[in-house]
Amino acid sequence: MPQYALKRVLMMVPLLFLVSLGVFALVLLIPGDPAITIAGENATEAQIEATRERLGLNDPVIVQYLGWAGSALTGDLGTSLFSNESVSGAIAARFPVTIAVTAAAMTVALLIAVPAGIIAAVHRGRWPDRLATLFASIGISMPNFWVGILLIIVLALMFPIFPAVGYTPISEGIGAWAHNLVLPGLTLGTTVAAEITRQLRGSLHDVMQQDYIRTARANGLRGGVVIAKHGLKNAAVPVVTVIGFQVGFLLGGSVIVERVFGIPGLGDLAIRAVLQRDIPMIQGIVVVTALVVMLVNLAVDLSYGYLNPKVRQG
Amino acid sequence: MTPASTGAPAPSTAGGAAGGTDPVLVVEDLEVRFATDGGWLTVLDGVSFSVGRGETVGIVGESGSGKTVTSLSVLGLLPPHSSRITRGSVRLDGVELVGMARRKLEAVRGDDISMIFQEPMTSLNPAFKVGDQIAEVVRRHRGGSWRSATARAVEVLDEVGIPDAARRARSFPHEFSGGMRQRVMIAMAMACRPKVIIADEPTTALDVTIQAQVLDLMRTMSREHGTAVVFVTHDLGVVADICDRAVVMYAGQVVEQAVVDDLYHRPRHPYTAALMTAMPQLTGRSGRLATIPGRTPAPGSMPAGCRFHPRCAHAVDRCVDGDADGRVEIRELAGGRSSRCLRVHELTLEGTE
Repeated sequence: MPQYALKRVLMMVPLLFLVSLGVFALVLLIPGDPAITIAGENATEAQIEATRERLGLNDPVIVQYLGWAGSALTGDLGTSLFSNESVSGAIAARFPVTIAVTAAAMTVALLIAVPAGIIAAVHRGRWPDRLATLFASIGISMPNFWVGILLIIVLALMFPIFPAVGYTPISEGIGAWAHNLVLPGLTLGTTVAAEITRQLRGSLHDVMQQDYIRTARANGLRGGVVIAKHGLKNAAVPVVTVIGFQVGFLLGGSVIVERVFGIPGLGDLAIRAVLQRDIPMIQGIVVVTALVVMLVNLAVDLSYGYLNPKVRQG
Repeated sequence: MTPASTGAPAPSTAGGAAGGTDPVLVVEDLEVRFATDGGWLTVLDGVSFSVGRGETVGIVGESGSGKTVTSLSVLGLLPPHSSRITRGSVRLDGVELVGMARRKLEAVRGDDISMIFQEPMTSLNPAFKVGDQIAEVVRRHRGGSWRSATARAVEVLDEVGIPDAARRARSFPHEFSGGMRQRVMIAMAMACRPKVIIADEPTTALDVTIQAQVLDLMRTMSREHGTAVVFVTHDLGVVADICDRAVVMYAGQVVEQAVVDDLYHRPRHPYTAALMTAMPQLTGRSGRLATIPGRTPAPGSMPAGCRFHPRCAHAVDRCVDGDADGRVEIRELAGGRSSRCLRVHELTLEGTE
């Protein structure tokens, strides 16, 4: 097992390198000259040249990359072109908010999907399954922003149970923090719940047909134990894979939902950076997001080793 | 599983007499139906047999004869929505299992009666260590700590001949060979010292050399602990090897029952005789292997009268008519035997040595 884990961690290194190349290439791919953007519309040729020199844009691309990647490794992602705020600092301030939204959405998703998936799998083809499948289809086909607006109208305006917009840091009280996260969590969580339900339904149903489930029953294990222990652990591998994908989806999806609910998260920061062509900020956000997605995938890979002992040898 | 009308007295079918004075398992007039697109089809038609304490009884027949359905229905393991026991009774040590509440039945399974399956490669859960799987069963029925249950698991693994049992208990199923996995399955089935073990083709998926070892093991375990064994197989050779008595099944019915020596010496049903001639012999390698013409009829298209008559070398016109109600009832014979053949008193069938 430790060997398996080490191998997975080492495999991240070349991947990170590729990501950093791609992120750096953003500078070259984005239309327009960042020096002109920063110096302003009315700047003179000399001012633009000075800006270019200050940003190191005259150096060979390789030197620029090594300089950027080198500081990135030490945690310095540069400075915003507009606010002179450090990129790492800005991300560090916003990231916990996005993580909170993602966690809220995943909590909602699992609370819905695990029972729904189990019920659908066990009662495959009968009405509880049809109901769960119907809701899963609805959940997948509803756009997030629309669900968000709908929830605000019903649960914030018509019945003011939850706040419509805003975010309270956890330091100001867990209750208020959670209260603010309910609607964004529901908005993002329903789609994810639908995906996980579908996957769990399929894989658990397959597992429940296996010979070893019959063995467990033949040895008198209780029906619930057979499903929850012998069934779920074997059915979990594809489900955990989907959960991993969905974390990536949630990080991306939070861009829209943070807008709808006025939450000061990473998505909000990303939109502003893109509109302003704040390249160091964009690079920083992409690198950090990619790193998080990779860490989630690592966790997923490591969970395979736990769920399916055969994997550990490979 | 719907409760069946167990109150109705079963017709005087075979089984009781041959099971010895003190049967531990009595199956009586068992009828099982499966749901199909064309409605409910009867797949077991009045199956009766009994097993004495410590006795080994073979259930023999081709695929489709109903032997696996019989063993699954004894433990109540048939799929709940697509099958039901519509008649009959299964009594384990006098306790009726048909129609028993699910929770009570679960408590009986693995404790008083357990089962070994055909496929050792897929019958153990790949996600858990074998010692833990056995310990879980022990704790389910005996309670106690994980530590004592694990100790018991190591003990039974050692009993079934797994070398270095304490270490191997911490291995996963994929780290064992097929024969060793079947030993693990036997250990799991024996862990709570059941009164009856049902073994459904436990050696069919194994290499010939391993088959003999597993058969030996089952014989020893049965003898040492006085466990009754119901051995389901299509292999008459295996029956001769380890069974005291045999129940021959064809097309969802019991067609013959006898003590193994009598059965081989002088079969009283043409189907049994045909099975014997179809057995590969070590002598006479020159000739072609004998086969039984035709195939087992499917439920829903059972022949009228005797169900074996279309394939029977001895069939005459009245075999198509059957007894009064168009069926052939089982006939009790001397020596605790029985046969479902209309011509049982006219025919002299050839056995083997």
